[in-house]
Amino acid sequence: MARATEHREPAIKFLRMKPGHGEVLLAEGDPSVLEDEERLVEEFRRQLDHGMWAAAPTVDPDTGRREAQLVREYAEIPDQADRVIFFPRAAGG
Amino acid sequence: MVLALLALGLVATALLLSVLLHAGARGKARRAQSRHRRRGRPGFEPGDPGRERRAEQRARELLRSCVNDEEWAMYRDLGFISVPGRLAGTRALDGEPSRPERRGSEPPYAYLIYPHKPIVAYVPQTRRLLSEYCVEFPDLTGAISDTRLPDSDDVLAKWMAVTGDESRLLRNANMHLPGRQVDPTRIRRDLWRLAEWERQRGGPDSAELSSR
Repeated sequence: MARATEHREPAIKFLRMKPGHGEVLLAEGDPSVLEDEERLVEEFRRQLDHGMWAAAPTVDPDTGRREAQLVREYAEIPDQADRVIFFPRAAGG
Repeated sequence: MVLALLALGLVATALLLSVLLHAGARGKARRAQSRHRRRGRPGFEPGDPGRERRAEQRARELLRSCVNDEEWAMYRDLGFISVPGRLAGTRALDGEPSRPERRGSEPPYAYLIYPHKPIVAYVPQTRRLLSEYCVEFPDLTGAISDTRLPDSDDVLAKWMAVTGDESRLLRNANMHLPGRQVDPTRIRRDLWRLAEWERQRGGPDSAELSSR
């Protein structure tokens, strides 16, 4: 399951927001290494199965503005993303 | 007769005291058992007053590393973040066509993001309040009582959802008229504070940049 492009930083971190803790590190690895990628894909799916949303903080290359991209599949993670943050899905309050 | 009543009263008092003592002892035992069970539960951390503070500190660092510099400064100084709405090509939240060029470079509408409060949509140009989007991010995985994210994580979750997939967030939120949960007077005061903050940071040009 290859990511969008090959031009990216070698490592990516998966973080998760946790009540009472702040963020915790779930996994990290180099997606270009097969074993790392399999581990990352598995963790990504596990978090979504738990009902998490996943977002990758990004920087617009044209404007330099920071924003986020919500991703529903591992393959949607932007190639320039160095981390994916998992957080509980939104619910009407 | 009086003697009999006195004896009856003494017996009743003794019985009542006995019942109360037994009840107290049972309650004490239950509390001790409960404490024992909690201590044995994985993840239980006895009273740590710094835990929430440390969690919030970590959350602030994460927020700072994700949002734009002026958004971070806004949150640090004012306690909320203003994010422009970007549902371009559709109808804006006030029912008017959503055209960024409609009035200069101001976005047609924007959101105020507060920690653990509804997201408030408003028109930056007129400061008219449009709606409240009540949304929470409860972590229900393996948690019974502690489901609430630290304040700054809640703000970051909203910021990522607004900038990442605004439509999806709005679909999951409950929309209400302004004033349902957040006092409109407070919102108007915060919008005034925001305008003053932007003015002090460098005048109208800075204000425009900050509201984008």
